Amino acid sequence: MDAVIQVTDLVTHYGQRRILDGIELSVLPREILVIMGGSGSGKSTFLRHLLGLKKPSSGTIRILGQDITGLSRKQLYALRKQIGVAFQGGALFGSLTVGENVELPLREHTRLDEDTIRIMARMKLEMMNLSGFDTLMPSELSGGMLKRAGLARALVMDPRILFFDEPSAGLDPVVAAELDELILKLRDTLGMTIVVVTHELESAFKIADRITVLDQGRLVITGTVDEVRATDNERVQDLFNRRPRNDAVDRDAYLHRLTGYRHDAL
Amino acid sequence: MNRLTIETYVGLFVVAGLAGMFFLATKMGNVGVFEPETYSVSARFTSVSGLKEGGVVELAGVRVGKVQKIVLDPAAYEAVVHLSLNKNVELQEDSVASIRTAGIIGDRYVKLSPGGSDLILEEGDEIIETESAISIEELVSKYIFEGDKE
Amino acid sequence: MINVLHRLGDSSLGFVEQAGRLLLFLLRAIASAARPPYRWQALLRQVHFIGARSALVILVAGFFTGMVLSLQFYDTLVRFGSVSLLGSAVALAMIRELAPVLTALVVIGRAGSAICSEIGIMRSQEQIDALECMAVDPYRYLLAPKLVAGVISVPLLTSLFIMIGIVGGWFVGVVLFGVSEAAFFQGMYETVTLHDIRMGFTKSLIFGLLVVWITSAKGFFLHLERYGAHGAEGVSRVTTDAVVIASISVLCADYLISAIML
Repeated sequence: MDAVIQVTDLVTHYGQRRILDGIELSVLPREILVIMGGSGSGKSTFLRHLLGLKKPSSGTIRILGQDITGLSRKQLYALRKQIGVAFQGGALFGSLTVGENVELPLREHTRLDEDTIRIMARMKLEMMNLSGFDTLMPSELSGGMLKRAGLARALVMDPRILFFDEPSAGLDPVVAAELDELILKLRDTLGMTIVVVTHELESAFKIADRITVLDQGRLVITGTVDEVRATDNERVQDLFNRRPRNDAVDRDAYLHRLTGYRHDAL
Repeated sequence: MNRLTIETYVGLFVVAGLAGMFFLATKMGNVGVFEPETYSVSARFTSVSGLKEGGVVELAGVRVGKVQKIVLDPAAYEAVVHLSLNKNVELQEDSVASIRTAGIIGDRYVKLSPGGSDLILEEGDEIIETESAISIEELVSKYIFEGDKE
Repeated sequence: MINVLHRLGDSSLGFVEQAGRLLLFLLRAIASAARPPYRWQALLRQVHFIGARSALVILVAGFFTGMVLSLQFYDTLVRFGSVSLLGSAVALAMIRELAPVLTALVVIGRAGSAICSEIGIMRSQEQIDALECMAVDPYRYLLAPKLVAGVISVPLLTSLFIMIGIVGGWFVGVVLFGVSEAAFFQGMYETVTLHDIRMGFTKSLIFGLLVVWITSAKGFFLHLERYGAHGAEGVSRVTTDAVVIASISVLCADYLISAIML
């Protein structure tokens, strides 16, 4: 089976600092892949590269057969019509109602008539248990509702790939569990390939077919839930068992952090 | 706010703004929309010091035209001033054109005084009778020197 | 010493970087505004926001500016016995300088700050990334209508400012101080030339572009601010920056245009 997403030797920098280093990853059709990592592990950066929002220093990212690092803006936009992205906070536009937010991609990219657009948007909102909320403004919704509305918008074009950033962050356990169910349902009923970025263990173990763990810009391990659970990699176990990191202290870096001076510059 | 009010409001705003621009351009910028029909005559002066193109032409204190062009006649060392006057103002051939000052530091303008002739000036004709700009310095020095002689 | 040089180099690099970014931003926004399909609805909404909703403030500001101008000029001119020049003085000062500049400053305060914080919030809440990911070009969807609306609205507001300013000047000069009404308006019509009007509106066009350009770019590049700007505090700081930079740019541009056109 051909991979839907194929990342080869991805290296990225922020200024002089290397953020991601030698990432190799493939995502198969109809699979739910969870990218895990603590904060500062580079997982948000990785997601932004997968979405084509940033250009890497080197390496390739093939999505649906096209290397997005070399696409023109026009080609990239064409590809993105087959991709849905649900952002952490929903990223709904504050000046539009919830309904208009969900309708926006249809209005921009299709020539459907007004009624069809409205019905399709309502269907997706219904799927997210948000029926009747379409005339509200985003500021009137709770965090969990915003996330679900954002998901509805990501799905309204029936994408082949769905990216979901931190589905359960900041939600109470019940709502988080509902979202996990929803993600599973999407894969099962619509046959989507889903990439989820999260730091929540519980949710990752529940939904993932495979998990990949990022730590300090490198992929530590990629495998099924059981494989990852069973690994004896220390960093992964630290993450799973909520153990604090015990980094070897770099004397210079430590001094730098404390004094704020650049020792290398002086 | 519903869409109708937004549209009305924007429409009102745009119309008001454009009306302002139109007023400025026509009334002050003299873009010829309301410009009355004119004819032009010329007049010779020994000095037009301070008079500018676009300056006012008055008759009995009423504005009747403007200074169109000022050129030097190199042969006679005289200034030839072309005036453009409103069509409805008829000037006798022996009318007098004089250059005056509004206030002490005010703008120079051309003052016309009617004559008594039966002949009416037409497009391109010349006003023969003129009084040049009075220079205050000359006036003052003349007064002082004449006083000396006595 | 080396430290000072290091900082100087660092900040000049930052300046060049920011200038380049702003220029590319403007070019891309103009390019996407020029290509169809045009977003008439969005443009209408922006002209409403930047223009129509500033009209009331402009009218009040313009009226008082005209009044104080007339007051000051009257006091000066009366010493030279040239009160008949009052109308010309008020109109010229209004048309050439005060109306374009003050209108731009009012628009910066009312609409520019709102544009900057709106776009800044969109950036910090990933809404701009969301647009990108929905294959909707934020330059076309978000920025082009604002830019075009700025270029349309500011000259219209300037025109209102001039008109109401002249009324204010008339009120003080003619009604309060008894200057002859005919002298006031005749003088004004005679002295003001098309060139003066052209200068005023050239300024207001450029200011309109400048105001929306700077404030929206500051918000748009919130995430690239050198000292890191995130969340509500970041947005408010960037908005303050944007207002200051836009105001100063308007005043600098005012001098440059005057020097070139006079």
